Amino acid sequence: MTKPNERKLTIARSMAEAIAQEMRIDPSVFVMGEDIGPLGGVYGNTRGLIEEFGDERIRDTPISETAFISAAVGAAQDGMRPVVELMFVDFFGVCFDAIYNLMAKNTYFSGGSFKVPMVLMTSTGGGYSDAGQHSQCVYGTFAHLPGMKVVAPSNAYDAKGLMTAAMRDDSPVVYMFHKGLQGMGWLGTEAGATVHVPEESYTVEIGKAKVVRQGKDVTIVSLGMGVHNALKAAKTLESQGVSAEVVDLVSLVPLDRETIRASVAKTGRLIVVDEDYMSYGVSGEIIASVTEHDISVLKAAPKRVAFPDVPIPFARVMEQYCLPNPDKIVAAWDQMKAA
Amino acid sequence: MSPTRDEQHWMYRNMVTSRRFEEAIAKIYFEGKTPVFNMANGPIPGEMHLSDGQEPVAAGVCAHLTPADVVTATHRPHHQAIAKGVDLNKMAAEIFGKATGLSGGRGGHMHIFDPDVNFACSGIIAQGMGPAVGAALSRKMQGKPGVAVAFVGEGAVNQGGWHEAMNLAAVWNLPFVCVIEDNGWGISVAKKTASAVASNAERAAAYSIPGKRVEGNDPYAIYDAAGEAIARARAGEGPSLLEFETYRLAGHFMGDAEGYRPEGEKDALFEKDPIPKMRERLKADGVASEAELDDIEAQASQRVDAAITFARQSADPAPEDALTRVFAA
Repeated sequence: MTKPNERKLTIARSMAEAIAQEMRIDPSVFVMGEDIGPLGGVYGNTRGLIEEFGDERIRDTPISETAFISAAVGAAQDGMRPVVELMFVDFFGVCFDAIYNLMAKNTYFSGGSFKVPMVLMTSTGGGYSDAGQHSQCVYGTFAHLPGMKVVAPSNAYDAKGLMTAAMRDDSPVVYMFHKGLQGMGWLGTEAGATVHVPEESYTVEIGKAKVVRQGKDVTIVSLGMGVHNALKAAKTLESQGVSAEVVDLVSLVPLDRETIRASVAKTGRLIVVDEDYMSYGVSGEIIASVTEHDISVLKAAPKRVAFPDVPIPFARVMEQYCLPNPDKIVAAWDQMKAA
Repeated sequence: MSPTRDEQHWMYRNMVTSRRFEEAIAKIYFEGKTPVFNMANGPIPGEMHLSDGQEPVAAGVCAHLTPADVVTATHRPHHQAIAKGVDLNKMAAEIFGKATGLSGGRGGHMHIFDPDVNFACSGIIAQGMGPAVGAALSRKMQGKPGVAVAFVGEGAVNQGGWHEAMNLAAVWNLPFVCVIEDNGWGISVAKKTASAVASNAERAAAYSIPGKRVEGNDPYAIYDAAGEAIARARAGEGPSLLEFETYRLAGHFMGDAEGYRPEGEKDALFEKDPIPKMRERLKADGVASEAELDDIEAQASQRVDAAITFARQSADPAPEDALTRVFAA
């Protein structure tokens, strides 16, 4: 239900609005990617831009991710602020050299004399039976490699503010938006991601997590789609008399360990929800951040609800079996309580 | 297009400086690495790819460039950096891994970055292509003067990213020139074993752009072809593809036994060393006297000696500085 003066936007529209507002005030910002021109982006996040800014600044590219991402690095080093789209994050396989060996390292290898202010926006996530080359999150893969900031909004307010902050950052920012939150009907849409978005330009700090629900019995940490699963689980737990706190990471690099530690210090219990693969990833990093700091705050062993270590299957029943969901989070609490 | 007298002097000075620099590096490189060769030892640890013999390409191309133009270089970057005007003291210090180096020791010899002359490089084959194309795009969008040149080896053209970047430069009609240094060898693999076409200039047809191959490692012919391509880029007429035959007088890297070279190949290449050849031509054409050439050579040696001294005398970086400059300050 929309309240008076409320301006509900999808993440897709809030991303496009952020880019448009920045392009109006900063001539160095431009957009490159596949189908980001007249189509407006496969996920709608560049819709309307070519009509306002033309095809010089809103550039449809050939299907050449290595070329246009590395060209963005060269343009960024030369004074521009490119926003480039990697249509599915799964496609990083054809262009990762440009990302992690070039975009992420040139600042360091130049001793800081070159800056690479660019945004690499890319879609993540599954749940709509697109199988394992079009449904991954690979958050941990990007966050693991030094030299790039990594953000993942869970709602349209953060999506706009993070995009503006990313475009103004002098370091490369990987902006990972979840397809199921985008507000594109054909991908299924999480209603909780479409929220009030102020019209004026604003930033959301990169590197700051948010406590999106206060609680005292357990901390559920997640990002992107996982935040919505966590909030739904928290509601179920509430009906059982359990008070769950939910932390939205917002940013993976830098990671706001203080907010996570403070929450777990308060609740004494930790569940991490991650749509990325279980092993060697975000969920392990969150748990380590707590345990290596002060293990005495924990009243129970931490739990994780993450994608099992298998490629993402096509069949609906198989994919849904693997994906995190609110029931699995509630079950994790039950196991934690029983232990 | 022929180089002026001053340009010929500049090119020769540049080639000699580059050769003296490589000779100095080669000598120092083995300090601490004998009798047992361990790449990690000595004042210059790590891999070392020397450019002896390839100087004419860098000099003939960069004679047409200004500091504002953009160059991306390869894992074998010293001659290109010197020709582009990279600060020699800071470059030497970077190769030694010193605090006074271009990047404070974070990059080393394969990662030479000098923003003052718009020079960047990369140790990954063909990786300089996209950034140079992007810099050319940036100049075009900003309406700022300048062209971008990507130097690559003949092995790089078989990388997918090379093709992607060439196509992008052509479809967007950017002020970009790809310069292929064809030294005949991708480490140990001969060009004829790796490439389906003998002349990479033929590949230009795939992008509807001009392509030219120049044989003989001749700085004058390289100057001529590069001048035409760079002028075309400056005039907004789009990218070009140039392939220059050149000679790798050194191994792929220092310590390379070069057992893959056919018998007698290196001796024959040294017979064609471009530096004595250019010296003879400058004299024969009456462009430089013996005394002027001696003077150029002496100055080159002095400049190299000063850079090496600067590098040797500079302090190591503070180890904990490794943790800085990951992100923009």
